[in-house]
Amino acid sequence: MTEPILTAAHLTMDFGSKTVFNDLNFTIHAGEKISLIGHNGAGKTTLVKILLGLLAPTAGTVTKKSPGGQAKLKIGYVPQFRNIDADAPLSIASFVALNVGLSWRPWLTANEKKRVADVLALTDLTAIKDRPITLTSGGERQRAYLAQALLADPELLILDEATASMDVDAKKAMMDLVVKVVTQRNMALLFVSHDLELTARYTDRYLLITDETLATGSSKEVNADSLKGVRI
Amino acid sequence: MFAFAFMRHAFVASTFIALTCGVVGVFVVARQLSFLTHMLSEIGFAGAAFGAFLGISPLLGMLLFTIASSTLISGLSVERARRESTISAVSSLFIGSGILFLALANQSSSYATDILFGSIVGISINGVWQLVILSLIVLLTIWLIFRPLQFDSFDSVGASANGVKTGIISIIFLILLAVSVSVGAQIVGSMLVFILMTIPAAIAKALGHSMKQLLIISVVMAILGVWLGLWLAYVTNWPVTFFIALIEVVAYVVALIYQRRQAD
Repeated sequence: MTEPILTAAHLTMDFGSKTVFNDLNFTIHAGEKISLIGHNGAGKTTLVKILLGLLAPTAGTVTKKSPGGQAKLKIGYVPQFRNIDADAPLSIASFVALNVGLSWRPWLTANEKKRVADVLALTDLTAIKDRPITLTSGGERQRAYLAQALLADPELLILDEATASMDVDAKKAMMDLVVKVVTQRNMALLFVSHDLELTARYTDRYLLITDETLATGSSKEVNADSLKGVRI
Repeated sequence: MFAFAFMRHAFVASTFIALTCGVVGVFVVARQLSFLTHMLSEIGFAGAAFGAFLGISPLLGMLLFTIASSTLISGLSVERARRESTISAVSSLFIGSGILFLALANQSSSYATDILFGSIVGISINGVWQLVILSLIVLLTIWLIFRPLQFDSFDSVGASANGVKTGIISIIFLILLAVSVSVGAQIVGSMLVFILMTIPAAIAKALGHSMKQLLIISVVMAILGVWLGLWLAYVTNWPVTFFIALIEVVAYVVALIYQRRQAD
């Protein structure tokens, strides 16, 4: 197997006297589709923040490198909650373009405009690209969040409960799209969810945080009982 | 009107102030920092009074106080500084200190009135240059950090999730805000600088549908306000700040009515 793009070693996180998890070890390889499951409060979002570098673990390390190279691993993160003002003057296209990357130019170059157009087409948003982001449906908005993360061309895509507020059909449509894009671009996927049906259907392997430790296995083996404590 | 040097100075200075306040204001409104701006203007008053006490220029005193407090606020976290009770407490302390510094400096009440409510007659050519240079520094910095600033201002969760150094952006913006408040206070006074910093941007928010439109509307409204205000003040001999406040508030009400009509 190729070298992992992300290696977590002996990760421990305490908040004051409360231990969230203790000595977690796992790897993620390029192109892998992994789900991260666990009860509310088990520490899924905390773990994701540590992987992103937004939070420092109490102990342990996270090593990240791009597939086959020495470059920094590019991670695209679609958070569960957003805080966008109802009057924000953002069309879907301009919302997606916020993540176009750093430059001294305030405006978008022709090449950057093309990248935005491509990602809008990929996520099926071209027809509604001028609609204000605040006037979109839940499914459209999640696709816009996804498109924004994809614009930076990530090698690992992390979706944090991205389908939580959607109906069954919208969830499936969203996940079909995610898996299509991830496979096409050979990205790794970390799908944080409570929805065991979706994780079984769309991911290869699960990471389960339970009782401060981590379990893993094939997503096909995931069922409601597995949330009660498989160990590795 | 332009036969008088002080009017020419006032026009040039206020044009740059309006440009700066119009641009910075768009981000103030997006980042919901209107009350914090109000607090900074009161801190600016104390700074100017401190300047009088030390015998340095009021602008330098203002810059010292507002930049120091902005840096402190970013250390405390903007969330905490936004709380109304914190703002009330800090504002009271600074207004009180300002009054003390003025008393210690043995300054006349007209000096206090100038700091608080602005003055167009007092700007020398050197003062104009100072304001123009400070305005250009603020505008150039915003130009350079425009992309991460825009991302963080309109989608802070997305920005930090995608690697924008939101903490650094926040500190830089608070310092730019401090400089803009100090610069703007030279014309409209420290009590009312937040008019130029918030109302043109609020009008833009009601009418604009893109970032470009927001910036254009906000800058145009700020410039129209100060130009018309200066002209009316010249003609009537009434305070310029009154006219700027009146023009901006009337425009804001009209914009809100228009926005409501559009929504119906």
